[in-house]
Amino acid sequence: MLDSYLPIIVLIVIALAFAVGTIVMSHLIGHRKPSAVKLAPYECGMPLVGSARERLSIKFYIIAMLFIVFDIEAVFLYPWAVVFKRLGMFGFAEMGVFIFILLVGYVYVWKKGALEWE
Amino acid sequence: MQVLFFYLVALVTVISGVIVVAAKSPVNSALALVNTFFCLAVFYVMLSAPFMAAIQIMVYAGAIMVLILFVIMLLNMGVEPFKKFTHVTWGVVAGSLVLMLTLFFISRGQPTKVVGAITRDVILKEGHTELIGKSLFVNFLLPFEITSILLLVAIIGAVILAKKEV
Repeated sequence: MLDSYLPIIVLIVIALAFAVGTIVMSHLIGHRKPSAVKLAPYECGMPLVGSARERLSIKFYIIAMLFIVFDIEAVFLYPWAVVFKRLGMFGFAEMGVFIFILLVGYVYVWKKGALEWE
Repeated sequence: MQVLFFYLVALVTVISGVIVVAAKSPVNSALALVNTFFCLAVFYVMLSAPFMAAIQIMVYAGAIMVLILFVIMLLNMGVEPFKKFTHVTWGVVAGSLVLMLTLFFISRGQPTKVVGAITRDVILKEGHTELIGKSLFVNFLLPFEITSILLLVAIIGAVILAKKEV
């Protein structure tokens, strides 16, 4: 049972080894001559405008909230897809109702202009 | 081997849980929380509940963490220069209460006993996701449909809160 998760563990180990290995190798092999200008923080070569810790617009927040709601909707589709053949038309209808109610919300969001980036 | 793996993951979980509370930067706390969620997903896998593990990563490590990070960014919190632990007394009271409840549960209940018809063999035979799907879409059909109303309310609430001026 748990043996089937071995590829996932191998993948995680390879990903970790690659990430850590790259940093360690560049630290060991890399040639460094630090100076005050080189170590200064920069944004695309421009002089600094302000702190990176700016207050963000609420626009990002609403996109995140809508992402969570529709993410949870997608989560319900997984067990439904697994038992879809056994449920047949009945399962299709109940998921249709579920998605229709959320579609109402989607239309509301769209009409309200919440997805627009004014 | 499995027991050793369990204790290793449990150790990582507890350490990242402590980092969540103790980290000076809120973003570091959030990253440690992602690690905690991921370790909990590993526990679900070890309990032969792969669907729960997938949900744990998708919803908690994905969606909920996005929300927490957005709250951190919206509140514009910097790094705390000194982590001040205020209300230590209340923390101790709450912690000992939780500890007492846990001990009561472990001593009086049977936390490792299998209860009900869904045993490990049934899960391995039928499949974990199939079992959840069957009970969710047949036995608990009405709660499932009500969930969509709940999500609809969440959508409308988010839009009304964030788009007040429109």
